[in-house]
Amino acid sequence: MARGDRRKAWTRGAQNRWVWAGFAMPGIIWLVLLFLIPFYTVLAIAGGQLNAIFQSPEPVWNPFAWTGANYTAVFHELVGQGSFVGPIFLRTLVYVAIASAISLLIAYPAAYFVTRFAGRRKVLFLALLIAPFWISYMMRMLAWIDLLQSNGYVNRALIDLHLISQPVNWLGGRSFTVILGLVYGYIPYLILVLYAGLDRIDQRLLEAGRDLGLNRTQTFVRITLPLSRQAILTGMLITVLPMVGDYFTNQLLSGASSTAMIGNVIDSQLYTASQQAQGAALSLLLLLFLLVPMVYYVVKTRRATGEAF
Amino acid sequence: MTLTADAPVSPRTDPGSGTARAGGSPPPSPPPGPARRRWRPPWRNPWRRPWILEGFTWLYLIWSIVPIGIAVLFSFNNGKSQSVWQGFSTRWYWGDPINSVFHNPALRAAVFQTIRLSIITTLVAVPLGVAFAIGINRWRTRTSTTFNFVMVFSYVIPELIFGVALFFLFTQLFKSVHLGTVAEVLGLVTWNFSWPAIIVLARLVSIGGSYEEAAADLGASRLDAIRRVLIPLLMPAIFASAVLVFASVVDDFVIVDLLSSTANTQPMSVIIYSTSHGGNGGPALNALATIMLVLSFVVATIGLLAYRWMTRGERGSSRQEAMTSIAGM
Repeated sequence: MARGDRRKAWTRGAQNRWVWAGFAMPGIIWLVLLFLIPFYTVLAIAGGQLNAIFQSPEPVWNPFAWTGANYTAVFHELVGQGSFVGPIFLRTLVYVAIASAISLLIAYPAAYFVTRFAGRRKVLFLALLIAPFWISYMMRMLAWIDLLQSNGYVNRALIDLHLISQPVNWLGGRSFTVILGLVYGYIPYLILVLYAGLDRIDQRLLEAGRDLGLNRTQTFVRITLPLSRQAILTGMLITVLPMVGDYFTNQLLSGASSTAMIGNVIDSQLYTASQQAQGAALSLLLLLFLLVPMVYYVVKTRRATGEAF
Repeated sequence: MTLTADAPVSPRTDPGSGTARAGGSPPPSPPPGPARRRWRPPWRNPWRRPWILEGFTWLYLIWSIVPIGIAVLFSFNNGKSQSVWQGFSTRWYWGDPINSVFHNPALRAAVFQTIRLSIITTLVAVPLGVAFAIGINRWRTRTSTTFNFVMVFSYVIPELIFGVALFFLFTQLFKSVHLGTVAEVLGLVTWNFSWPAIIVLARLVSIGGSYEEAAADLGASRLDAIRRVLIPLLMPAIFASAVLVFASVVDDFVIVDLLSSTANTQPMSVIIYSTSHGGNGGPALNALATIMLVLSFVVATIGLLAYRWMTRGERGSSRQEAMTSIAGM
């Protein structure tokens, strides 16, 4: 019997299967109870009915008895006449698109500089790049609330520079402020992914390119950029997905309905019992909408960690 | 963690002069091109310093860090304003008898709630995730593949959608678990479960099976090999994920917002959210946020030092590697 077979039997063999199953089982049970069953509950509520007396959602646990009433209601809110969720959904997409594009335009050059040109100061730059990752999101929003108040430093600086004569009410429902908040909030996660991706590029490829006569711009366009495409895609997903479900940035930096995002609709529906079922249906539709990018991310991660999956 | 697998790349020193390099490391590339016989404009020099890029990076760093510094500064403001400096004091931490973090019962409760949630969640999620990763890595059936998919899925799903699901779970199905600390812990463990699982899985791939097989050849039993060979090898990854779980619970907002019930189960992030709009909270909120900041940074620093100590002598071990690992890369 080949030695390799015996070795393989050590970690992979059939007689060991139950040991490894035992290791995985607590986690699996946990995921079933607290990840899969919750989504079944959402389905049961979205497919359920409204209790007419208490005006509260009545879950229906039998999938054959589910009705589409809540989905129809949400669908009418999305596209029908006088729909109020439709414009909010479009606004969410526009905000997220602009915010993630700005994030990429800022994060990529910074990550590129630190991986390629920081030299001996790389550790310092890396520490400064990573620092915001450790600072709570609420702290970072609070910082901008302080700065953007009507007598805050931003208004005072702009008045001193004679760019404005009256203080601007930055926190009074401006799309600009909300997008700034989204960029500021999510860019640390993007920059970490980009840094890791750029740092992994084999330096010898860049040197080979240079030896073959490419200048710095050509090296970037023809080697670095194509090799970092995967990092860009993953990084964008890592920032876009939570941005779509964001409701607190808008609430903190604007609070006005003119800048409401889809997350605000879902969040507010949870606090009114009679609207909870529609909130459930809406969050399921949002999940459906995001399913393709999410599955794409899972598949890519699986490929990156090779045989682990 | 994936960085561990890579050979250490010597950071390119700034090659302004073409030959001057940091002492010690061998030159990673041949010196630049042919000797300069004729004058070339500086922008044609392939070794020039990227001033624009460097300036841009500094602007980004200033933009990302200075607002936080100002917010920390105003937690020491001797006045009620969060935007006009009125002198230094620590009244918003403990001096003020009504509104300081120390004396205001809601703020003080929030500090303890955050710490309590972070510790309990870390203690539950990390062992659960590590065992899951080891099991999934070896137990190759359709079930394990499926749940691996579910686990990574739980990592990318928007937190609001998951929070809504948990909210309905605890209000409609598991009604005996009321909204409050228990619900928050259950939700946070599920949400952070994927950190240790993903990080340990990646580490298991880079370790491979040979160390355990060597232990088996030397007569170790399976559990001995896990306890004395595999777990020590996984220790840096386990530790890094514990730091990440702790810090991300401190930072967490959506799940605790949806699952907290009364004021005394609200952690710091929820208090800041519910009172800071329009600048109504006063500098006590900045003090609260600063306490969160210090908590995260202390944990991150301990994590960094311990990670460095655990991976000392390992191939590819460096300060950069430690920093990126602790940040979950």
